[in-house]
Amino acid sequence: MNRTDEKAQAMNLPPVYNHVEKHGAFPEISHDENARFNFLTNLNRHLDSVVKPGNKVAFDKRIKPWFQERTGHDFHTSAEVKEAMRQDTYYQMSSALRRAMLEMTQQASRSMVLRQIDSLADKASFYNNQRPETLTLDPDLEIPHYLKIVDYHCLPGSYYTEYIADDVANAAADDARFFVTTAGKFGELSDGSSKALVNFLTHNYPKFNPRRILDIGCGAGHNLLALAMGYPDAEVIGIDVSAPMLRYGHARAVSLGVENVRFIQANAETIPFDNDSFDWVQSTMFLHETSTRAINNIVREVYRVLVSGGLMLHVEHAQNTPDMSLFEQFMRDWDTFNNNEPFYRVMHQMDKTEWMKSAGFQSDNLLQFGIHIVNNNNHRLTGDGFQTRQNVFGAWKE
Amino acid sequence: MINDILLSNNKAKGHRPYFFSDETIERVLNITMAVAGELAVTRERLDTLERLLQLKQVVTDDEIECFIPNPEQAQKRQRWHADYIARILRIVQQELEAIQQPDENNRNMEEILEELGRS
Repeated sequence: MNRTDEKAQAMNLPPVYNHVEKHGAFPEISHDENARFNFLTNLNRHLDSVVKPGNKVAFDKRIKPWFQERTGHDFHTSAEVKEAMRQDTYYQMSSALRRAMLEMTQQASRSMVLRQIDSLADKASFYNNQRPETLTLDPDLEIPHYLKIVDYHCLPGSYYTEYIADDVANAAADDARFFVTTAGKFGELSDGSSKALVNFLTHNYPKFNPRRILDIGCGAGHNLLALAMGYPDAEVIGIDVSAPMLRYGHARAVSLGVENVRFIQANAETIPFDNDSFDWVQSTMFLHETSTRAINNIVREVYRVLVSGGLMLHVEHAQNTPDMSLFEQFMRDWDTFNNNEPFYRVMHQMDKTEWMKSAGFQSDNLLQFGIHIVNNNNHRLTGDGFQTRQNVFGAWKE
Repeated sequence: MINDILLSNNKAKGHRPYFFSDETIERVLNITMAVAGELAVTRERLDTLERLLQLKQVVTDDEIECFIPNPEQAQKRQRWHADYIARILRIVQQELEAIQQPDENNRNMEEILEELGRS
């Protein structure tokens, strides 16, 4: 490592977008689009490491004393914290900047993708036509209410909107958006969660050798491909309700030469497979974008399709703990209200143990653990937030 | 045919939160940050141009479009972005410092004037 690299690492600079590995289905990026992403990854890093932590300082030094003086007591609920923080000018500026960054990132990703929407669809079709038997779309599938009610992550049109025939635009935009808003912390191909999960399972459960794996809510298949590469002898099937995401994900798989995968357009509330047909059912950051009714249906379906001795796992936000401060609970909810993730808060408050038991999983077979994201771009991971370590929960089926 | 310019700038479904007591401030902030971003983009393009000029004396559009910085040049650009963003958001950093610093670092001028006038 030369001195320039050492300094860059000491300052925790994000990866340079020009040098990030791209798969075959990725959009063409112009000079200025690259520069726009470099600005946004840096802006994101600055907000995350400099501006956002200031909210705690403002809370401790300014908000808490003000509230105590006004009311004569300490905060009792996170709602009180929220009400007090909303009046603080530092919090206002910090939040307005973060929301601006999120919207700018969507704009940068979509403007890159939409200007080449036709050639991008052709490129995806080129790959998909090489292996049409492993991509199954269902034009009659109904988009669930929970996806139609709001555009998650402020992605206009959400994951499922199609602007032209064979469209992959919003999937490609989401692919670029994910890299930028995480400042590359999930690796160049944004699959660091599942690489970490494979590492955990092969180390802790070396005898677990799944033959069939189902990834529910697989989106553009980032994590599905990492599972398929981690278990090359397994057949890995991904289901999702979004046709653009599946087309793009499948094209991505073909371009990367991953062959043991299939993509099927289906709803995880009604999994189109027989009872006892999978050794492992996986979801990654999917449940918090659904609804209570949906996740209750999903867990029953997962239980049904798992074989005896099979494994269900979800990479998903951990629930709030009793030792978590009211301030921390308030900050964890930021994306719920301000990044169009309305169900996020439910996942923070929900008792996942009862949820799993309600489907038939036994108390003795429940699991919860943390995984450290695998990062392949030499970008140092700092802090202890969800972007460096992710929570996993699930259960073995008896 | 789609209008990709307008479509790129669509609003997402769901109420947009505003954080300042006056929404106008937030509109101006968003426009300012967008301009800041575009200046950063221009700065990178200029960097490309300068490097190519050094290298070749003559520059074509294709050369600029295809220019990929080597790792050291790329890291210098990242350093420039970090520096640039910190400069734009200076007021936020300073507000935080004001909260962290002891009260005597934040006394108002009337008060200081009165004190200095006294002795």
